[in-house]
Amino acid sequence: MTRDEAFLQFLLRMGDNTLILGHRVSEWCGHAPVLEEDIALANTALDLIGQTQMWLGLAGEVQGEGKSADDLAFLRDAWDFRNVLLVEVPNGDFGRTLMRQFLFDAWHSIMLGRLMKSSDDRVAAIAEKASKEVAYHLERSSDTVVGLGDGTEESHRRMQEALDYLWPYVGEMFASDEVDAEMAAAGIAPDPASLREEYDALVQRVLTEATLTIPDSRFAHKGGRDGRMHTEHLGHLLTQMQWLQRAYPGATW
Amino acid sequence: MKNEWPLWEIFIRGQHGMSHRHVGSLHAPDAEMAIKNARDVYTRRNEGVSIWVVEANNITASSPSDKGPLYEPSESKVYRHPTFFDIPEEVGAM
Repeated sequence: MTRDEAFLQFLLRMGDNTLILGHRVSEWCGHAPVLEEDIALANTALDLIGQTQMWLGLAGEVQGEGKSADDLAFLRDAWDFRNVLLVEVPNGDFGRTLMRQFLFDAWHSIMLGRLMKSSDDRVAAIAEKASKEVAYHLERSSDTVVGLGDGTEESHRRMQEALDYLWPYVGEMFASDEVDAEMAAAGIAPDPASLREEYDALVQRVLTEATLTIPDSRFAHKGGRDGRMHTEHLGHLLTQMQWLQRAYPGATW
Repeated sequence: MKNEWPLWEIFIRGQHGMSHRHVGSLHAPDAEMAIKNARDVYTRRNEGVSIWVVEANNITASSPSDKGPLYEPSESKVYRHPTFFDIPEEVGAM
């Protein structure tokens, strides 16, 4: 694997994470429990889609086949996506959506903090811009996780169920392979495994305040970030997200 | 409904100007979330640099039916406007 091939994979991983999570979060638009949360979730989704434009835009440049961020978002099939499985699982209830957001935001904020020191100026610039948005995402999602976890009997039960369901998807964010080794050697991105300690401390602190218990198991579902095996949910998501470009190729408005 | 979050009145200080202005209201479980919600609802288009939130039931308002006694007496007291003085040139703009 050449450095550019590894760099492309890395950029797809970053951009597909924000694209797929952004789409998932946007599914709440018009459906959230209260107007204020509806707007807040839509803002988060838009931030993530904006970050996707930067990551996938750079991915298209590095790939060198003249593809735009839109081409990469709308004209690839499920097996070409490189997002972690965590971001493609269905929203579930509001509590599970916010628990997933928190588990991702915590990783995302630590990752972007490291990427701001990337040896590649373009990566550092994207990380710099995204990190301010993500700092707010994390503040909001952790507050909500604490509010609902340490809330009523029902909200506590739902949040614990959400954590039990989502925890097996956390490990994939810290998996390392030859792409990561190449990126770390080039000083472009950190080895994901090196983020785990900081992540565990952050997540433990918030979940303790939320009176929630992290499951004992370190079992991790994998297959998203290397595209080996996505869940069945990704294909359904893509039919929603991509249908317009598929049915009306090149349509703009 | 007792399950509803309390109502908060939102005041935002814009890019230009020193005072916070009332921009609307929203629901939130506590003051901190009210600030976050205000950020998301009222500053999406770069409107503000500072946010105040006040729980609506902490605001005491004058009653519309008292309009007469409260405000009409001042209508006939034009001498309270400082428009009867010639301002010396050297004072400049006031």
